[in-house]
Amino acid sequence: MKETEKGVSRREFLKTGGIGMAGLASIGGLRSITSAETELAPPHQEDDGSHDHGMPGAVGEVDHEANEFHPMDLLYDFDYGETKEENGRTVREWQMTAVDKEFEIAPGIYFPGWLYGTTTSAASQKAGHLVGQCPGPTLRCVEGELLRVHFTNASTHPHTVHFHGIHSAFMDGVPNSGRGVIMPGESFTYEFDAQPFGCHLYHCHANPLKRHIHKGLYGAFIIDPDPENYQGEEREIAKSRNRQYPENEDVNEMVIVMNGFDTNFDGDNEIYAANSIGFAYAKEPIQIKRDQLQRLYLINITEFDPINSIHLHANFFNYYDHGTTLQPTLTTVDTIMQCQAQRGIIEFSFDGFEPGLYMFHAHQSEFAELGWMSFFEVVA
Amino acid sequence: MDATESVRSQKIPKWVLAIVPLLLLIVLIALFIALNPLSPFTGAFPPLEELTIQRVLFPENNQIQVTVINGGPDPVTIAQVLVDDAYWQFDISPGNTLERLEQATIDLNYPWVDGEPLPIMLITSTGVTFDHEVEVAVLTPETGSANLLSYGLLGIYVGVIPVALGMLWYPFMRQIDRKWMNVILALTVGLLIFLFVDTLLEAFEIGEVLPGVFQGTPLIIFGTLFSFGILMAVGQRRGDNTPVGVATLIALGIGLHNLGEGLAIGAAFASGAAALGSFLVIGFTLHNITEGVGIAAPLVRGETPKLRIFVGLALLAGAPAILGTWIGGFAFSPLLAVIFLSLGAGAILQVIWEVSKLLVKDAQRQGQTAISWLNFAGLTAGVLIMYLTAFLVKF
Repeated sequence: MKETEKGVSRREFLKTGGIGMAGLASIGGLRSITSAETELAPPHQEDDGSHDHGMPGAVGEVDHEANEFHPMDLLYDFDYGETKEENGRTVREWQMTAVDKEFEIAPGIYFPGWLYGTTTSAASQKAGHLVGQCPGPTLRCVEGELLRVHFTNASTHPHTVHFHGIHSAFMDGVPNSGRGVIMPGESFTYEFDAQPFGCHLYHCHANPLKRHIHKGLYGAFIIDPDPENYQGEEREIAKSRNRQYPENEDVNEMVIVMNGFDTNFDGDNEIYAANSIGFAYAKEPIQIKRDQLQRLYLINITEFDPINSIHLHANFFNYYDHGTTLQPTLTTVDTIMQCQAQRGIIEFSFDGFEPGLYMFHAHQSEFAELGWMSFFEVVA
Repeated sequence: MDATESVRSQKIPKWVLAIVPLLLLIVLIALFIALNPLSPFTGAFPPLEELTIQRVLFPENNQIQVTVINGGPDPVTIAQVLVDDAYWQFDISPGNTLERLEQATIDLNYPWVDGEPLPIMLITSTGVTFDHEVEVAVLTPETGSANLLSYGLLGIYVGVIPVALGMLWYPFMRQIDRKWMNVILALTVGLLIFLFVDTLLEAFEIGEVLPGVFQGTPLIIFGTLFSFGILMAVGQRRGDNTPVGVATLIALGIGLHNLGEGLAIGAAFASGAAALGSFLVIGFTLHNITEGVGIAAPLVRGETPKLRIFVGLALLAGAPAILGTWIGGFAFSPLLAVIFLSLGAGAILQVIWEVSKLLVKDAQRQGQTAISWLNFAGLTAGVLIMYLTAFLVKF
């Protein structure tokens, strides 16, 4: 933002501000156009209330139909893949593909992304064909299962899938180790055990890493705890965290991946978002029931900025960093920050609150004003 | 063979001969489009986008108006507008998509802070961004009659008054002898050389913000050559280098220069960039006094002209500054400024030519060299005076 309007700044008038030549001022009639010596006393800015202060935010609507994925669906879509039994053990499999796809990240702004899609995601099921989405499908499984991710690279660049979890070096999904990068047109099956339970993520680890991440190759990876492994109170908590148990149905579970897009490729994001679409949940607030426990799986994959954050208005929450514990690692907080790839689970309730709109957003005001701005609409 | 060839070609009507190359050209273009020989070069090129924010106005306390022009070869769609790194609601007319060289106006309701800088950014549908830094946000003067008067006064202060004051040295110059008169002519050439360089540099500086399609640099060079050539032709035709004739040419050249200067000053005041406006105006008044000396100098040789000629010359040289401040204040366009400045530069160049000719002729008559040490000292003094008084207006 360095370009200046030379036509009027050519004499660089402002640099003279310190010369203090105000004494020379007052050439009669000229006063009315010198805006009353701004350097001495900034004039009053009268606000009689008749002026519209305008509204922040983007103008227009994103065509979610054209994108083939909707931020409201991304919030609730947990992709369980397909399961089968092998030697008495549950094997969970996904067919995952990386594609090149341009999509709309804010009204009228298109981003040439590289995206993951699975055949079992809600978006693909709805469309009847494989849909690349950003963030990628939320892969969800249960602790102790054997996972197989059959990955096909249908993009024009080499990619990998690198899971944050416990696995062998060969399955790490990084260049020059194990299988290495998967070239366009090639396939590979990543196979590993689902551990440890928690809120994790996966992303492409091909080089240049920065570009491969910020192009959109990432997604949430959730491993539910297996209640069989815990006793007493912890067992009950594990049941609530595990989709296979009825206790889980009492909780409203959501996924938000905090991300950003550098649309002009200058190493600085022009758009920040919760689940890719700037201002999506501000334009269309997330409805939640006030007497229901809310559980938000929150992942930060924002490139270029060291941290991202979330702040919930008018309420406090408990936080489980990485989701790898059954007891909160932070209690009664309203703001947490995450570095890139840090993630965790946020639990809160609006029980007893007045229905209405409750804001939540990154508490880097810059990110909030560049798209990471959202509302919960609490209903009775 | 040559003879038969020429006979044959003589049979073909002239108009056919004239049209053949054009026909071939049309055929070639048609073939080019049909066969697309450049297809190997066309990859997934993104459209070349080029937007220029021409002007940012603050018509009211909570309003911003941005004028933008598409100077690129392809249509550009403005998707969003960011003010101070925040997406902000806006209206754009005539529409989001700007065809080549189309201009659009963006209106925002935004609570800008008086006296503070304000970055504005446009983001296109492809995610390309175009930045503009407003140096100080200041309420834009309305186009009322009161302001028209104020801007007019501004023009009088930087244009008419200094020129008239400078011309008041005429009686003094008349008293001094011929040798010193030539020094004063040389001094005038010095002043004009400085003005020429200064005008060109200003034109180039403003030319930088022109959209590329307007080709700022060639525009300035050819604008300068054009006005130089026109005035040369006018001068030759009239064959008149009477003192009043020369003074008129000088006044015209300086007038064009002052028009450009007035434009820039008016625009600076309108955009609030002129935080120390009064100081600046005094600076220009001092700086431009020397212009009056330059106009009066050739008049010393002949009979004393009538007063109305002096008044006319002062107005010819100074009044364009008034017009300049009006245009600059209410309808500034970098393109216009560049054109006026380059025309002014050419006019000054022509005046340098005329005055130098006077000097040379005079020297020849007296069997002396035109570039005597004394004359050279005068010329140097002229440049130096302009340079030093420019300290008041350049920072």
